[in-house]
Amino acid sequence: MHITHFTPLNALLGGVLIGIAASLLLWLNGRIAGISGIVGHVVIPWPPKESVWRLSFLFGLVAGAAIYYFFWGGAPLARTEFPGWLLALGGLLVGFGTSLGSGCTSGHGVCGLGRRSLRSLVATIVFLVVAILTTFVVRHIGGVYS
Amino acid sequence: MKRVLAAFFPGMIFGFGLAAAQMTNPLKVLGFLDLAGAWDPSLLFVLGGAVAVTLLAFRFILRQPTPIFDSRFYLPASQGIDRALLLGAAIFGVGWGISGYCPGPAIASLAAPTSETWVFLPALLVGTGLHRWRTFHSRSHTPT
Repeated sequence: MHITHFTPLNALLGGVLIGIAASLLLWLNGRIAGISGIVGHVVIPWPPKESVWRLSFLFGLVAGAAIYYFFWGGAPLARTEFPGWLLALGGLLVGFGTSLGSGCTSGHGVCGLGRRSLRSLVATIVFLVVAILTTFVVRHIGGVYS
Repeated sequence: MKRVLAAFFPGMIFGFGLAAAQMTNPLKVLGFLDLAGAWDPSLLFVLGGAVAVTLLAFRFILRQPTPIFDSRFYLPASQGIDRALLLGAAIFGVGWGISGYCPGPAIASLAAPTSETWVFLPALLVGTGLHRWRTFHSRSHTPT
């Protein structure tokens, strides 16, 4: 069974930290913490000099999660029954879609909404609604859970 | 070097926050997206907490003449709401709704990689590369 528990305090605290992180990057380096954009410039590193801070941010991202798991645990386990082809399809669509739409949950969601960008608000509503519909189809019509 | 460190630390706080909020767990994310299941509103609190901070802080930061370690702010040029934005967001939504991963958690999963990491992450990079390569290609061949 998939049992998830509502964890409002951890969620709020984690969210505030994410907001602080995005604000720090803008304040110090003048950059938007949009992770899909950062990944995009690392995948095709042109101009090369522009990839250095991005790689550094991504290393930090992994290090931060590692520090949390080291002290508090809770690293997620792999879902045993989840079909690999669906995971691969999901990855392809997330990569292509965020690149085409110029942003993901961090770039449009956290930073774009913070900048009061109408474009980002529209993008956030679209990907949230589409994701909710997709999850419904996968779980309740397709019967794929864990 | 300052700029490189000034990117590492925000990255670290970001990754720590994602893990603390359990957003690195796709089942937690899907628990939010699955309105018809045992709904878990946690993700809304994560996004709400983050946006509450950026709404306040960005206003103050963008009033400064320059960032601390650079000569200007690099903000996306306003392009309006176009087909690419809507189609891209929709395609991303399908991938996110299928898998429970968006790009941040997918990268952060390298902190404790599972078999899922080695399937999802390469696919994410290929998907990103396909689109980036396509735009690069069309830019270098069509006069603007």
